[in-house]
Amino acid sequence: MTDTSKVAYPNSLRPRMGTSQGRGRASHRWKWSRVFIHVFLITGAAAMILPFVWMVLTSLKTVSESTSMNPFIFLPTDWQWENYMRVWEQNSFFTLYVNTFAMMALRVILGVFFSAMAAYAFARLRFPGKNFFFGLVLFQMMVPTQIFIIPQYLMIDAIDMRNTIFALVFPGLVSAFGTFLLRQFFMVLPKELEEAAKLDGCNIGQTFLLVMLPLTRAGLVALGIFTALFAFKDLMWPLIVNTSADAATLSSALAKIQSAYSVNYPELMTAAVLAIWPMMLVYFLFQRQFVEGISTSGGKL
Amino acid sequence: MMGKWVNKVSRSTRNEWLWAWFLIAPTIIGLVVLNIIPIIRTAHMSLFKSGDFGRNHIFIGLDNYVRMFHDPQVWQAVVNTLLYTLLVVPFSIIFAMLIAVFLNRSIKGKSIYRTVYFIPMIAAPAAVTMVWRWLYNSNFGLVNYMLSLVGIPPVNWTTNPQVAIISIAIIGIWSIVGYNMVLLLAGLQEIPRDYYEASDIDGAGKVRQFFTVTLPLVTPTLFFVMVTTIIQSMQVFDVIYMMIDITNPAYESTVSLVYLFYNNSFRYSDKGYGSAIVMLLLAIIMLMTVIQLRVQKKWVNYN
Repeated sequence: MTDTSKVAYPNSLRPRMGTSQGRGRASHRWKWSRVFIHVFLITGAAAMILPFVWMVLTSLKTVSESTSMNPFIFLPTDWQWENYMRVWEQNSFFTLYVNTFAMMALRVILGVFFSAMAAYAFARLRFPGKNFFFGLVLFQMMVPTQIFIIPQYLMIDAIDMRNTIFALVFPGLVSAFGTFLLRQFFMVLPKELEEAAKLDGCNIGQTFLLVMLPLTRAGLVALGIFTALFAFKDLMWPLIVNTSADAATLSSALAKIQSAYSVNYPELMTAAVLAIWPMMLVYFLFQRQFVEGISTSGGKL
Repeated sequence: MMGKWVNKVSRSTRNEWLWAWFLIAPTIIGLVVLNIIPIIRTAHMSLFKSGDFGRNHIFIGLDNYVRMFHDPQVWQAVVNTLLYTLLVVPFSIIFAMLIAVFLNRSIKGKSIYRTVYFIPMIAAPAAVTMVWRWLYNSNFGLVNYMLSLVGIPPVNWTTNPQVAIISIAIIGIWSIVGYNMVLLLAGLQEIPRDYYEASDIDGAGKVRQFFTVTLPLVTPTLFFVMVTTIIQSMQVFDVIYMMIDITNPAYESTVSLVYLFYNNSFRYSDKGYGSAIVMLLLAIIMLMTVIQLRVQKKWVNYN
């Protein structure tokens, strides 16, 4: 990404960057537009971060500090770290982390692998029924997911699997979106690779697994991130299918915590911080993969 | 007969078929079980009156639909959903576009800005709504405190029926701006530099350059962003669910189609009526998508 900015730099600015005389006014104007842009961007960035800052600050206050209006208190006088211990224990956050990450991991592994298999077949192989089956994939992508929820719930209920990890993973066992996305990545690979693999004695399964799959790494990473993020953020499905407290996910537990604590804002904010920090950490560690994954795959859809 | 036909094709072709069918099998079986059958079942269920404890369903034909068309709450939910979409789509895209255009220049701290604007996308909507609800709190909230500093009287952000949908849309815009910006920025970076050079030689100013070069060439990305934002906004649920309880005075003026679907299907256990509502949502989204595909020929620039 730094590459493109370096390339773009001389072009957009070259005519105005001259230091020779007569350029004075232009460079003056250029400077002011630059200041304006930064002011705009910083204001926007502050608006993006402010709710999170307020979340953390409130979580470290006492209830009376959080509701004090005169004076209005921004920083907690005594940082109430014990809020975290209390909220953690009252809501068995450890179980919530286990449930949430088990769901995310299983959805990512299964969804990505099954999608890659199907995507390879749709992109590189010729077989009867290809258009029909790919039509099914496209059709699923066009339909709002709420349509599936009641029957999916009834299925889980029928096999008596409510309040399990399997129930959480269930709707994400396969992914039409993933199949479509990875197909775009497989389609651009050169045909010579397959031919060479065939000469080396690879069958189609080996060609897929050993030759082609590793070359779509960017797509696999992007899909993995998408899948994990959507699983993490999903609220309605865990709310419906895992109603018991020890089978909830972070998202669905927050809904319950909100009604339980009602006006204890420091504890509510503590729960919110506890729910979002792991994904934030992953984001800050892999921000390049996140942003690039979304921009490269967005262009491919 | 099938066997005879298969025998006619060469062994390597048949081998390819078998591999292909094997590879797509998990996904196709999954899609049929998880998606195709459920669509049919939902459509089917919308023709039934749900019995007690989910049993003894009674076939009532189109009665759920008739009831729906006479239910003012459903129409109100359609209006609310469309209003939310009408607020989120233009504002989120205009802001995202501005930020993307600024970041597409060689600006200092570009990747920091990009990282920051994307943060709301990472947080779970449930947590995000909790903090916004706190910010919006009419007595102790930061927003009303800030307003009081400039002499504006407190606003009931979450309980005033006229205001609540705007408060919700602000959260929606805040959440999605960074995501749309990243997509638009990727689109902007694909515009060949020659176009800008030509326009520089013509002496076009930055603003004119935006309207004559940037905007037309980024329309394919813009179209994609618009379609996905519209579809997502039409399915709004999390934020409203977390912010507006059924007892909230602003419930009627904020309840979205999906929230209404959830309440009917799972709170009131009327899955037949819930199915009818979600079929209505499907119809509206399909209609909007068809319209957009038609209209895109008029404004989207494919080279």
